[in-house]
Amino acid sequence: MAECHPVGFQWVMEAKARGATVIHVDPRFSRTSALADLHVPLRAGTDIVLLGAIVNHVLSTGKDFRDYVLHYTNAATIVSEEFADTEDLDGIFSGLIADERRYDPASWSYAGAPTPAAAGARAWPTGARGGTAETDPTLSHPRCVFQILRRHFSRYTPEMVEEVCGIPREHFAKLCAALVENSGRERTTAFCYAVGWTQHTVGVQYIRTAAILQLLLGNIGRPGGGIIALRGHASIQGSTDIPTLFDLLPGYLPMPQAGAHDSLSAYVASFVPEKGYWADARAYTVSLLKAWWGDAARAENDFCFDYLPRLTGSHGTYETVLAQLAGECRGYFLVGENPAVGSANGRLQRLAMAKLDWLVVRDFSLIESATWWKDGPEIETGELSTEEIATEVFFFPAAAHTEKDGSFTNTQRMLQWHHAAVVPSGDRRSDLWFYYHLGRRIRDKLAGSTDERDRPVLDLTWDYPTHGPLEEPSAEAVLAEINGTDADGNPLASFGALAADGSTSCGCWIYAGVYAGGVNQAARRRPGREQGHLAPEWGWAWPANRRVLYNRASADPEGHPWSGRKALVWWDSDTGRWTGHDVPDFPATTPPGATPPEGARGAGALGGDDAFTMQADGKAWLFAPSGLVDGPLPAHYEPQDSPFANRLYAQLHNPVRQVLRRRESRYGPDPGAPGSEVFPYVATTYRLTEHHTAGGMSRWVPYLSELQPEMFCEVSPQLAAERGLTHGGYATIVSPRAAIEARVLVTERMRPLTVQGRPCHQVGLPYHFGPNGLVTGDAANELAGLSLDPNVHIQEVKAFTVDIVPGRRPRGPALLALVDDYQRRADLSDETGTAP
Amino acid sequence: MPGTVRSWPVLRQWRRDPSARGVAARSARTGDRVARTRDVDRVAKSVCPYCAVGCGQDIYVKGGRIVQIEGDADSPVSRGRLCPKGAATLQLTTGENRLSKVLYRRPHASAFEELDLDTAMDMVADRVVATRRATFAWEDEGRRVRRTMGIASLGGATLDNEENYLMKKLYTALGALQIENQARI
Repeated sequence: MAECHPVGFQWVMEAKARGATVIHVDPRFSRTSALADLHVPLRAGTDIVLLGAIVNHVLSTGKDFRDYVLHYTNAATIVSEEFADTEDLDGIFSGLIADERRYDPASWSYAGAPTPAAAGARAWPTGARGGTAETDPTLSHPRCVFQILRRHFSRYTPEMVEEVCGIPREHFAKLCAALVENSGRERTTAFCYAVGWTQHTVGVQYIRTAAILQLLLGNIGRPGGGIIALRGHASIQGSTDIPTLFDLLPGYLPMPQAGAHDSLSAYVASFVPEKGYWADARAYTVSLLKAWWGDAARAENDFCFDYLPRLTGSHGTYETVLAQLAGECRGYFLVGENPAVGSANGRLQRLAMAKLDWLVVRDFSLIESATWWKDGPEIETGELSTEEIATEVFFFPAAAHTEKDGSFTNTQRMLQWHHAAVVPSGDRRSDLWFYYHLGRRIRDKLAGSTDERDRPVLDLTWDYPTHGPLEEPSAEAVLAEINGTDADGNPLASFGALAADGSTSCGCWIYAGVYAGGVNQAARRRPGREQGHLAPEWGWAWPANRRVLYNRASADPEGHPWSGRKALVWWDSDTGRWTGHDVPDFPATTPPGATPPEGARGAGALGGDDAFTMQADGKAWLFAPSGLVDGPLPAHYEPQDSPFANRLYAQLHNPVRQVLRRRESRYGPDPGAPGSEVFPYVATTYRLTEHHTAGGMSRWVPYLSELQPEMFCEVSPQLAAERGLTHGGYATIVSPRAAIEARVLVTERMRPLTVQGRPCHQVGLPYHFGPNGLVTGDAANELAGLSLDPNVHIQEVKAFTVDIVPGRRPRGPALLALVDDYQRRADLSDETGTAP
Repeated sequence: MPGTVRSWPVLRQWRRDPSARGVAARSARTGDRVARTRDVDRVAKSVCPYCAVGCGQDIYVKGGRIVQIEGDADSPVSRGRLCPKGAATLQLTTGENRLSKVLYRRPHASAFEELDLDTAMDMVADRVVATRRATFAWEDEGRRVRRTMGIASLGGATLDNEENYLMKKLYTALGALQIENQARI
């Protein structure tokens, strides 16, 4: 955090100055470790073992926050007797259909009460709807979630942590003690994480394990608690909320699926629960359709629901690359992203782009994704030749944030408006300008068309006011559309006002209120020193300017804060309302002890202790009966490329991870198999303070380039001695797919670990560099493979295997020969490592 | 003080600055210097464009040009601080390595050429229309899909919410759904 979010880290240091204990878990020692009370190095790819063992410690020592767990989680809920755990099936859950590489999740359901998830795979589970889940408040029923949890995590022991993660038992004991002592009524603990937790074939389950732990300790919805995602781009949160993502519509509404969602009613019925705020998803959806298609969206035409394209599976960025290689996807826009450096397996990215008819790149400078056709690595190796590449490439220079109005949503869900300081020069334009005017031109070209396929384009509401010599569209007008309006055209004050009858319009329901009263709430800047610590009048946080989600859980079941020093919201019996420092995340007038009336639905169906208001049962899910595609509980699986066997189960990998069978994307042999010794080391990628992601905003900046001038790798003195690497010299790093070179940084910050009785050396690789820009180097992601988490299709770049040898890599065709030689020595084929 | 006896450094040291680390060492040129942030025409309130912490930035503008970017001391997020990247934002936004012309590479060509912005926009619009027409599908294996798998887009996390909104809205209306951003990167 000190490296990648330095200014955010000031608050960690403030906490430390006030007595907080700071623990840093990371394979390498960084600036964060230097400032932490305890640095815990571990083998990359083993965090579920570490977190799972802490869960086991909490459960086996009775240190869970029982009142919180009982009332706010599903610990008491009884699970179907069809469910079989990894304990029963040696590492897999019930329902695995191995030859289709998927689970049928039906058996993970609550007994007699299928319950849809609030995120992820949203569809209602099969089975009769309307049942009420049985609970056992004594938590002793063998099939209640609490007991399943106890059994499931019982094999996650301190010995296992030592064996698998390489963390000595005394370190583990310190970590457990610090967490437990700092949780409960009076104290809270926060977890901060970033892509070191997500970029794995079990990435989502990493976060799940942390969620289980934090819920058991009562650390969610409370001040100083939480699981805090430290996101790496200025509005990566905003671009998830208002998603440039294939599987979502604005506000986390799912994109419709072919076959299942041929009407608005079928779509809504497929995922909408009876209880909680998702019960009103029809109103959110209709209001979105009204925002997009205005008067054309009417009740009699299903509000133009049929205008939405449908999914037929996963269409994530890596599937798109395959579609490009197959010639199916022919046109590509790159908008401030540099996949030739930033995505896994850069070579496959470039080979795919070489198949395109046309490519549009919008960026500040000529990033690698704009120039691969003339100077990319494949030109040098001879795999591609410029004259044979038919792709048209358009480069449009982008305007900077200083040259446009607009809002970023930061990692805390807070929108902050930035005001244009100057007008961009030359051909530089905002992306708002580009897409508005592109849309305008396309609509002009299609004007008069009677082809039904063009109706969604022609009926689109696309009349934004423009200003200035460049005809820049008004960002505030777009924000007003996102916020939405009521039947009279007045800005909405909150999503509670949305209706399903077409009378309201709203471009993103969770953002309703950001333009309340016709005022740009995101532009509010009352100085922090003039406000309390939540600073509610600086910017605007979704939803409803709420700064801590699920803050009902900060109070006990009776509505009193768990402790005075941790008060956030509470029930005021005098006024009959929830009140407090934050905007209460609960129906304002539902008393703590309320039992919902028979037949109630939506927010009205929430009981007084249903603190998790988006959940169909009002409870936080220790056990996820639906929503995940790879199991209702986290289980440790080794990374796709790993030098170590799975000590937890016979099952080596996540059986439903996504893998490719392609020459360009081979995987390493299974641990212990012949050839596995060819790639003996674990590699992990990371960022540097002085660079940003794939380098588009840092490798062309002289100050930053001077501070970090060259690609390097970090190795321990022991590994350097083992491989003859010299500090300051070059090394060649080879994975099952590619070879790169880097300058060698020999440092004790990389500490060899003992794993399964033998040394485990790790190689650290910053991933910012590429061949273009002021400072250059091979891209670390060339090495990474395409093995993906099946829930979110994220690539496993945080743990894979490599060899490292002294000296520079070969040039030209000899580079391919080197990789071929390694593949031969390891006996790799397209099938290697792809078994479930 | 230039040109006067009183500006003689030794005299200044003897009179007011025995350690010679204050006014005695101060040249007239230093004395004339003022911060770039003084005497500007206006200050635009902004937000750092790098990571998602969301540090406040003040953009100082003079004569229609950005002359300095500093941390916004009012921000409850950052209290005026910026990291090395945030502190380099002036160079990012005003440095000479940013391009300002549209470039175009013809099929099979070995180099970029310059292209008029208006022409380029029109060409891209033509290509979207043509590729969409050529790849549009109403059905897939008998199920209605109403889409094109011929056009994809990548990026959005460095952009504004309003920009992401127009992208998603336009692409969806076109039937393009391979829309992705850095969330998985």
